[in-house]
Amino acid sequence: MLIKNAPDIRPSEITEPSLYFSRRRFLRSSVGAVVAASTLGGAALLRPEQARAGTKLPGPIAQSPFSTDEDKTPYEDVTTYNNFYEFGTGKSDPSQNAGGFHPRPWSISVAGECNKPGTYDLEDFLKPQHLEDRIYRLRCVEAWSMVIPWVGIPLANVLKRFEPSSHAKYLAMTTVYRPSEMPGQRRHVLDWPYTEGLRLDEAMHPLTILAVGLYGEVLPNQNGAPLRLVVPWKYGFKSIKSIVKFEFTREQPATAWNKAAPGEYGFYSNVNPNVDHPRWSQAKERRIGDFFKRKTLMFNGYADQVASLYSGMDLRKNF
Amino acid sequence: MRKLIKPLVFCLCLSPFGILIFNALTGRLSANPIKDITHFTGDWTLYFLLITLAVTPLRRLTGWTPVMRYRRMLGLFAFFYACLHFLTYLVLDQFFDWHTIAGDVMKRPYITVGFTAFLLLIPLAVTSTARMKQKLGPRWRRLHRLVYVIGGLGILHYLWLVKADIRPPVIFGAVFIALLILRLPGVRMQQNRPMMRSPS
Repeated sequence: MLIKNAPDIRPSEITEPSLYFSRRRFLRSSVGAVVAASTLGGAALLRPEQARAGTKLPGPIAQSPFSTDEDKTPYEDVTTYNNFYEFGTGKSDPSQNAGGFHPRPWSISVAGECNKPGTYDLEDFLKPQHLEDRIYRLRCVEAWSMVIPWVGIPLANVLKRFEPSSHAKYLAMTTVYRPSEMPGQRRHVLDWPYTEGLRLDEAMHPLTILAVGLYGEVLPNQNGAPLRLVVPWKYGFKSIKSIVKFEFTREQPATAWNKAAPGEYGFYSNVNPNVDHPRWSQAKERRIGDFFKRKTLMFNGYADQVASLYSGMDLRKNF
Repeated sequence: MRKLIKPLVFCLCLSPFGILIFNALTGRLSANPIKDITHFTGDWTLYFLLITLAVTPLRRLTGWTPVMRYRRMLGLFAFFYACLHFLTYLVLDQFFDWHTIAGDVMKRPYITVGFTAFLLLIPLAVTSTARMKQKLGPRWRRLHRLVYVIGGLGILHYLWLVKADIRPPVIFGAVFIALLILRLPGVRMQQNRPMMRSPS
């Protein structure tokens, strides 16, 4: 099997030798390794030895104007109550069954309508991006919601490096298929491997990020380590986890939940209180930790930023 | 000794409720406790419906007649957990939001059948006393055959609400169907044969 190495490391991305060779002097002069680490930039510090869940992601992590100031859902709840069917269909299954999953080493293939397809090591794939905090609302299609402080990078910044061609209209993504480590994949609950997709303009939207952490720490396995999508205006299942493949396509790609139940989960799956799931209402949601339900907001409260992407579209038909 | 068994069975039937209360009070439920309580009470309603339906086949298969003494209690526990399940929906989940509840019952098939099953359980619980049984005579048996409909609706209610993993409701359904098959006239005769063997 041919595994191409990243062919596109621009000279500007390479640390100057003088700086590189002075690193020891710098380290010695700094007050501590943590301070030293922070100057190297976020993505460089996702090296395998530092990639354990719960490890603090070294700064600087930039703040974002897209973050909400709503109360954050506790770390405990974010990491023990979620859907990740690869580890089982129960809400606590991911946290209980993801311990044997190995998020490193990790390679990602980029394919389709772009100038720089290939297989990249995760570190090369993320370089030279800088990490940002993004505190987003997450609305599950099951009518519960959370507020999660992700750490990640805008997907657009990553995708641009692969120079999508003018034929690229959609982005298809695939989760790793590893039944030996993902017990949920041993049963045919969904058509494994999990696939998701976005229109390219959705993928390039500044709100769309690839997350590598939460609460300032390396992403736990059960939340989609080492790399997951976060699209805050769509139902949670669109935010595909543990991604191994990105493909630029001309046609709308097939998506896992749409294949499982085409009448219930559309390609767009934008959060929309006016379009019910065929079997339950989407008008309200229960924020985890709250007793009373709250009204679900159009596009999960991100209408100002994303409504224009869908102008003129019948959202009842394109659910 | 025999006097002790009934209270013991009663406590055993009540213990899932005790466990639920204990888990709720000690923070052992998940981040979405209302959903946990809903699912727990729903599961136990179905367990008790199936246990109740297993009583008669069990007696026929084993000849263990005393088990019949517990059938009413088991059935009433099915009703008890169904009440808890319904109250969880009414109070904890919707908090008396009658508008939404009415919409759910009308528009959501899984809620429509679940609610119907709950309503059908009420007359069975009301007529479960010895006096009512006597009063209704042969009509009592016919009325209480509703339990087969209720069981079917309850399992359909579960099947219609799961997203993709239909294994749990399918298992409930398989047990339910097995318990119905044991009641078919042909199967019943087979079961009776060993007991008729001894010449009098």
